[in-house]
Amino acid sequence: MSTILPLTMTNVAVRRRGKRLLGPVDLEVGGLGLTIIIGPNGSGKTTLLRAMHGVERLSAGAVRWSVSEEEARHRQAYVFQTPIMLRRSVADNLRYPLQLLGAPRAEVSRRVNDWLARIGLEERASLQATRLSGGEKQRLAVARALIRRPDVLFLDEPCANLDGASTRAIEALLRTALDEKTRIIMTTHDLGQARRLASDAIFMLHGMVHETGAAERFFGTPRTDELQAFFRGDIIA
Amino acid sequence: MIPRILAVLAALTLGMAALAEEMKMAVTTSFENSGLADVLLPAIKEDLGLDVQLLVVGTGQALRLGQAGDVDAILVHSRAAEEAFLVEGYGTHRREIMYNDFVLIGPAADPAGIAEAGSAIDALRRIGTAEPAFVSRGDDSGTHKKERALWAEAGLSPDTFGAWYREVGAGMGASLNTAAGLDAYILADRASWLNFGNKGGLALLYAGDPALFNQYAFLAVNPERHPHVRNDLAVQLENWLTGPRAAELINGYTINGETLFIFNAKSQ
Amino acid sequence: MNDIYDGLVSAFWLVVTLDADLLEISLRSLQVSLSALVIASAIALPLGTFLAIRRFRYRRLTISVLNALMGLPPVVVGLIVYILLSRSGPFGVLGLLFTPTAMIIAQVIIITPLIASITHQAMRELWAEYHDLLISLNTSGWQRIKTLIWDGRRNLLTASLAGFGRGIGEVGAIMIVGGNIDNATRVLTTAIALETGKGDFALALALGFVLIALAIGINISIHWLSRTEREGRW
Ligand SMILES: Nc1ncnc2c1ncn2[C@@H]1O[C@H](COP(=O)(O)OP(=O)(O)O)[C@@H](O)[C@H]1O
Ligand SMILES: [Mg+2]
Repeated sequence: MSTILPLTMTNVAVRRRGKRLLGPVDLEVGGLGLTIIIGPNGSGKTTLLRAMHGVERLSAGAVRWSVSEEEARHRQAYVFQTPIMLRRSVADNLRYPLQLLGAPRAEVSRRVNDWLARIGLEERASLQATRLSGGEKQRLAVARALIRRPDVLFLDEPCANLDGASTRAIEALLRTALDEKTRIIMTTHDLGQARRLASDAIFMLHGMVHETGAAERFFGTPRTDELQAFFRGDIIA
Repeated sequence: MIPRILAVLAALTLGMAALAEEMKMAVTTSFENSGLADVLLPAIKEDLGLDVQLLVVGTGQALRLGQAGDVDAILVHSRAAEEAFLVEGYGTHRREIMYNDFVLIGPAADPAGIAEAGSAIDALRRIGTAEPAFVSRGDDSGTHKKERALWAEAGLSPDTFGAWYREVGAGMGASLNTAAGLDAYILADRASWLNFGNKGGLALLYAGDPALFNQYAFLAVNPERHPHVRNDLAVQLENWLTGPRAAELINGYTINGETLFIFNAKSQ
Repeated sequence: MNDIYDGLVSAFWLVVTLDADLLEISLRSLQVSLSALVIASAIALPLGTFLAIRRFRYRRLTISVLNALMGLPPVVVGLIVYILLSRSGPFGVLGLLFTPTAMIIAQVIIITPLIASITHQAMRELWAEYHDLLISLNTSGWQRIKTLIWDGRRNLLTASLAGFGRGIGEVGAIMIVGGNIDNATRVLTTAIALETGKGDFALALALGFVLIALAIGINISIHWLSRTEREGRW
C-alpha cells in the first residue's frame, strides 16, 4: 500500500493578532516510526502539530503530502489533548468515523467490536461516552482515530493527565499501531515516554524548530545548549 | 425516537373533513352574543344542508370583509354604512330581517337619574350633565355608531367629553365587563345584556324609545365584484332568513322569558 | 376566588363528560399547533444549526434579525398574514383566510424565529465542543449539521417545545387570521377570549385549565417518548 508520506513543510508560519506563534518552519517527515515533539510550554508544539494536520490556518508557507490534499485529509487522524467525546455511546463514538465514510454495516460492526476489545471497553459499549473516566476517554479517542487505519496519526500530549496504568495502555496501543505501519507524530512533556517511544525527535523553542535528530543521538548527545538545558530541567529564556 | 414522534404527530394533525356546503357570513358581536345564532344555524343546516360559518366582528370590520370578498354575506345593523356599501357596488341589495333594541345600562343607584328620563335623548343629556363614568364601545361597531348618533341628536359631542367618557375599543361583552368593573353607564343591545354573565352592580335603567330600535339587514356580497363568493348559497340563506321557519324561530326566541327580536322581513 | 373554584369545577365536568365541543376545540388547537410545530421545526432546526456552524458574510446580521423576529408581536404577524391572505391581498386566490391553514401559517411565522434562536444558542455550544474533531475527521457541511442535530436532539426538543408552548397559547394572531369561527377555526385560546367577552368566567377558566393541561401533557409525553428510546441504549 502506498502512503501519503512524506510530509513536507516549507516556510510554514502561523501568526495570530500580529504575534508569531510558529515558524518559519521547514521540515520533512517520512519513513516509519514515531516522531516525538518536545519543548517548553507555549513553544508551539500544538500549533506545529495542528499545522501538519491541516487544521491550523497558515499565515505563510505550505504543507504537502505525496498525494492530493483531499486524499491526504482522509488518511490521517488526530487525537486532541483533551479527548473530544461525541454525546453518544462508546460504540457509536467508534462507529462514527466509519459511518462518515459510508462503510458497509457488517464491516463497521466487525471493526467496532474488534476495537472495543482492544481497548477493553466491551462492557461499556452502550454507555454514554461522556461518562467514561479520563483514561478510558483517551483510549477511546485513540481507538476512534485508529479505526480508519490512517497512514499518519497525530497525538497532542495523549497522556498529559493520566496515571501510570492508563499511560501504559495508551503506549501499548501506539506500539501496535507502529507494528501495523502507522506513522505517528506526537507531542509530550514526559521525557521518559519520549525516550521509550521515539524513533526520532523535534525540539521546539519560541515557535521554531530548534533541533531535530534520530532518537538515540537526540537524547544521547543533544547538540544545542538549549536542548541540553531542557533535559537538565533548567528554565530556558 | 423521531419516527415514533412523527407517527404520533401525523395521527394528530390529520385534518377534520368537512362534507356539507359551507359559506362564510360576517355578523356583529351583538348578534352572536344574543345566542340567536345557536338556534338559527342548526335549523339552517337541517333545512338547507348548509354550514354557515360566522365571523363575529364589529360592523366596521364586517363591511370591510364584504368589500374584500373574504365573506359571502354580512348581517349587520347600521343602515347608513350598509347603504354606502351598496352604492359602492360591494353588495347586491339590502334585505331587512328583524330588529331588536338598545338599552341603557348603568349603576343600580343611577346617579344621573336616567330611569326617569322622558326619552333616549333626554337620558343622554342627563348623563352629559352629571358626567358619571360612561363606557363607549369605541370600535366603529353598529352599537358604537348608534351611540354616536344618539349623542349627536342630543346636541352633544363625545369628542369634547372629559375623562369620564371612556372609549374601550372592544366588543360588547368586553365593554360590559369594563362597565361592570367601573360601575359605569353603557349603551348595549338588549340581547348582549340579558346574556351577560358578569352584571355586577349594573342594572337596566332605560329602554323602550323607538329611537333605540336596531334594524338588522342581510347583504349578499356582489359576485360581479368577487367571482369566487358563493352567491348561490347566500341567496338560499336569504330566502330562508326571510321565510316562515326563520320568523317563527326569531319571534319565539327568549332569554329569561323576554323576547329579543321582532321578525320584520317583507316577502318579495 | 369563587370564579377560580367554579372554573375548576366546570373544567372537571367538561373533561369527565368528554364534552363534544371541548373535544373538538382541543383537537383543533392540537392540530393547528402541532402542524405549525412540525413545519417550523423543519425550517428552524437546520437553520439554527447552520447559523451556528457556518461563517458567511451576513451571519451576524442574520442572527440579529432572527433575535429581533423572536420579539415580533403576534398581533402584528396576524394582521400581516391577514392582509396577505385576504381575497383582496396578493395570496387571496388561495382562499386561505379564516381557515386552520391560515392559523398554521401565522403560528409558523411566530414560532420559527424562537425555535431557530434557541437552536442556534444550543448548537453553538455543541459546535464549540465538536469543532476540532469534526474538522479533523474531514466532515462535509451536511455531515456536520446532521451530527450536531442528532447529538443535540434533546436541546432541540426543548427548543421545539418552547415553540409549541408559544404557539398553542397564542391568541392575537390566530384570532385575526382564523376568525374564531365556531366548528371551523375556534381553538382553545380564542374560545377563552370569547367566553371572557361574554362574562362567562367559569367556562373561560375551564377552557384555560384544559389548555394548560394540554400544554403540560404534550411536554411530558414527548419527553417520555424520547426517554424510552434512550433507556434502551444505555
Ligand atoms: N489563537 C491564538 N491566538 C493567539 N495566541 C495563541 C493562539 N493559539 C495559541 N496561542 C499561543 O501560541 C503559543 C504556542 O501555543 P502552543 O502551540 O499551544 O504551545 P505548546 O503546545 O507548545 O504549549 C502560546 O503562547 C499560546 O498562548
Ligand atoms: Mg500544547
